[in-house]
Amino acid sequence: MGMFTMPSLGADMEAGTLVEWLVNPGDTVKRGDVVAVVETQKGAIEIETFEAGTVHQLQAELGQKLPVGAPLAVIVGEDEAAPEAMSASTPDEPSAEPAGAPPSPAPTVEPMVVEAPPRPAAAPTPVAQPPQGHVASPAARRRAAELGVDLATVTGTGLGGAIQMADVEGAAGAAQAKTGAATVSAPEAVKPSPLVEMRKAIAAAMARSKREIPHFYVSQTIDLQPATEWLDTTNADRAPANRILMGALFVRACALAAAKVSTVNGHFTDDEFHRSDAVHAGVAIALRGGGLVAPALIDAHKKGLDAIMADMRDLVTRARAGRLRGSEMTMGTITISALGDAGAEAMSGVIFPPQVALVGIGAPQRRPWVIGDAVEPRQTVAVTVSVDHRVCDGRQAAKFLVEFEAHMQSPEAL
Amino acid sequence: MTPDEIRAAFLEELAKVAPDIAPETVGDDDHIQDDLELDSMDVLNLVTALHTRFGIDIPESDYPQIGTPALAVAYFARTD
Repeated sequence: MGMFTMPSLGADMEAGTLVEWLVNPGDTVKRGDVVAVVETQKGAIEIETFEAGTVHQLQAELGQKLPVGAPLAVIVGEDEAAPEAMSASTPDEPSAEPAGAPPSPAPTVEPMVVEAPPRPAAAPTPVAQPPQGHVASPAARRRAAELGVDLATVTGTGLGGAIQMADVEGAAGAAQAKTGAATVSAPEAVKPSPLVEMRKAIAAAMARSKREIPHFYVSQTIDLQPATEWLDTTNADRAPANRILMGALFVRACALAAAKVSTVNGHFTDDEFHRSDAVHAGVAIALRGGGLVAPALIDAHKKGLDAIMADMRDLVTRARAGRLRGSEMTMGTITISALGDAGAEAMSGVIFPPQVALVGIGAPQRRPWVIGDAVEPRQTVAVTVSVDHRVCDGRQAAKFLVEFEAHMQSPEAL
Repeated sequence: MTPDEIRAAFLEELAKVAPDIAPETVGDDDHIQDDLELDSMDVLNLVTALHTRFGIDIPESDYPQIGTPALAVAYFARTD
């Protein structure tokens, strides 16, 4: 039997708010199934189960803010009997002292205040709740907080019924018209906005990174002309749905280079480096209005260019809609952050713990380039890899860049 | 399609690609990348949606011609 608990979805996550159940007691789940949605400082995240079996009991209620490790549900394994006695004797575990709490909770965690109304004293049998809650974009959540709009009252019109900012504003307008109130304000307004929360999460993770990780940086400007020309030719024959972006070439080249030079690929935890054979490439996605998420593209080393492109599309779409998965938030083994088509030429990034390297890619620039004895204008790009000096040295970082460059010179082979 | 219909269709697809942008706040000359902060993936998703909706191929070299609602209305009216 497994206790499904509030997972840690980032180095500095302390708590999350349960906003949606996607299963009911009695449902069969398999490893990797999404069972709940949790609102974190980095937006709404879909939480997967790592245990197969039958959902026996849901122990947490929607709207509850719970510390990492708090029990959310009981999942009974395939060969196990349902624990009747247990459900009767412990109908209502106090959430402040979860049975499945991590061995050493961070000393700075303040006592968690449960925001939802207290649970009824006696809840002998779990009541099957229809999946409810709300999926909303980060901007919609922010706007809702500003306007004091309860997302439960808003009908979403976005992808998969996701609540968009316009839906929130529409709902706020309707509410205002009904009451005739000049301003919409509420106790809600005192709550920090999701953007403020995300800023805090980024601040905590990046401050920890700079405090604990002795960064060093190695850079190389590479010829991007072959990749640019190959991409232009390839995309000219493709319908928009099948076109590829330069970003996908960068991710593919990084994945191949990281698989080869694996001292930059993995996690540094418990005072040692755990090298990963698989490359789960974190892809940094800037959110409009501020903030950043870097979900992992799982098994990037095994995927061809078209598959990587499809996965990147999927990640960006879900990042915008607030539908990333817990595994994507924690499994990344190296992160790639690209500045895009236009803008600054280079970036030395901060490593995302517990990873040990981050590849910062500047915006491509047309620059003079020496070929033989001639100087030609070519598309170029500056690549800077930030590396954890506890794990490797300049030689390996330089080798990574050499590999990356070589792959970018043969785009047709990516 | 009338220019108004094209504009409405463009904004509708834009809102699907960028659910955090309220369509009614988008001005005719707001640039999808410079002003509305769409990244290259958002732009490609928008082009893909417009391709499906209007049945027009929109090669990469034409992307600058759909950079704002006003430009897009002219582009799709021309190629319609």
